[in-house]
Amino acid sequence: MERLTEFGWRLLPFLTVIVVWYLVRWSGLVDQGLLPPPHLVFLDIWQRSTDGTFLIDIWMSVRRVLLGLLFGMLLAVPVGFLIGWDRRIRRFIDPLINFFRALPPIALIPLAIVYLGIGEVAKVAILFYAAFFAGVIVMYEGMSQTNPLFIRVARTLGATDWEVFSKVIVPLTLPHVLTATRVALGVAWATLVASELVAAQNGIGAVIQNASAFFNLTTIYAGIIAIGFFALMMDTILRWASRRFLDWQEREAQ
Amino acid sequence: MNGEGSLASGASGAGGLHAERSDIKVRFNNVSMHYGDVEVVRDVSFDIAEGEFVSLVGPSGCGKTTMMNMLAGFVRPTSGDVLLEGVPVSGPGPDRGVMFQEYGVFPWLTVEKNIRFGLDLAIKRHVSRTERQAITEKYMRLMRLGDFRDAWPKNLSGGMRQRLALARAYAANPHFLLMDEPFGALDAQTRSDMHELLHQILQAERKTALLITHSVEEAIYLSSRVLVISARPSRIVERIDIPFGFPRDKSLLDSGEFIALRSHLREQVMKQYAEQQALR
Repeated sequence: MERLTEFGWRLLPFLTVIVVWYLVRWSGLVDQGLLPPPHLVFLDIWQRSTDGTFLIDIWMSVRRVLLGLLFGMLLAVPVGFLIGWDRRIRRFIDPLINFFRALPPIALIPLAIVYLGIGEVAKVAILFYAAFFAGVIVMYEGMSQTNPLFIRVARTLGATDWEVFSKVIVPLTLPHVLTATRVALGVAWATLVASELVAAQNGIGAVIQNASAFFNLTTIYAGIIAIGFFALMMDTILRWASRRFLDWQEREAQ
Repeated sequence: MNGEGSLASGASGAGGLHAERSDIKVRFNNVSMHYGDVEVVRDVSFDIAEGEFVSLVGPSGCGKTTMMNMLAGFVRPTSGDVLLEGVPVSGPGPDRGVMFQEYGVFPWLTVEKNIRFGLDLAIKRHVSRTERQAITEKYMRLMRLGDFRDAWPKNLSGGMRQRLALARAYAANPHFLLMDEPFGALDAQTRSDMHELLHQILQAERKTALLITHSVEEAIYLSSRVLVISARPSRIVERIDIPFGFPRDKSLLDSGEFIALRSHLREQVMKQYAEQQALR
């Protein structure tokens, strides 16, 4: 019963949005031709899913996001770690990171096409770029807040350099890795549609692109909802992981 | 050692080392410390003998912590030597357990794993698993943390966290116990409980101890010797041997001698405090 209530509360905001959506449509504030009703959008999702093509598009998009996120974080963790750790490295890398971070990934699409072509590599590279810079900032902000007291305590208990690293720094870094991954995931999803502008063949972004060429608003909405849904699912998984593995953290830190 | 010696020595003043002894464990030898242009410690000399409990009292921000950090091995003096059994301190080590005012316990480890942290390190590899567990259990019990073995530090009160820090320090079996205002953040009752607990565990397993505090009462009640530290730069302005033996209990706090000593020391510390204020 309690779980059911909890589930209901999770669902309530979305149900409210759907109700408001209907209300806006019926109120006549917006031309009805410009705002498809929710049930048609969901029907569109259902039809596209059952004929299989939409599932392939979703799979392609999810795969790109996950690959971009994976490579981005694989680089962001050690780099964020290094610049949070060593002042000289920070002085060298910090300006570069701030420069590249300020560039919108979309601005790099022409370059990605020139150097990496129009295949998967170019798309994943753009997501990698977006995920890396989002992740690295969070990593190093977190790392620079690391309390040196814990390292001192470990030393007074006799920890070697390696033990300080593995038994103190790694556990202290893990929360920042998870936060950085969450932020990077959000940014990767936000960049997805742009990355799939590169010769739109498949993926949710491509579905939206093609639908927009035919002014097919229902499908545009279907694509947007699919992106939101999968972004939320992945974020929920990461949040669950945070709770599961970072139970020790003070609540406000989560 | 414990507390014999005369009610020393308002007169002994800032100068001179104690008489040479064979059981000197710690020696500060004309130690000075500068951070850039700021002189934090000036020409401090004192000894700590085996089993002694020495307190440094003085105004906050006067450099007491720097002195402890030098002994712990976190910082090195600008000039002079900090000697540990005759050898200059070169870095932190498991022979010196440290207790800090806060944040000292590892928040990502449960109570039990915090206590066992030092025992699970490579330097204790020679200790068998069963023995490590037995040591952990022993200090968990002594510090009354048995019911909280699987709790996260975030769920512990301030007093329990400090008991945990003490248990962890003891479990690593250091020769020295260095404490930097460990009870400063606790309420009066908890603080008093901690004093009793510290007395008990020191009675059971004597350590050579250095305590930093700004509470004169705490210093007298726990120590065999109290050093009054001046406003910055830190110098020793007074050395007092505490004439009470161990074990001690709370009734001592009401004795005339204790009260007289306390008001004398308080006056000295207040004088330094006023100077410290004038410095700012």
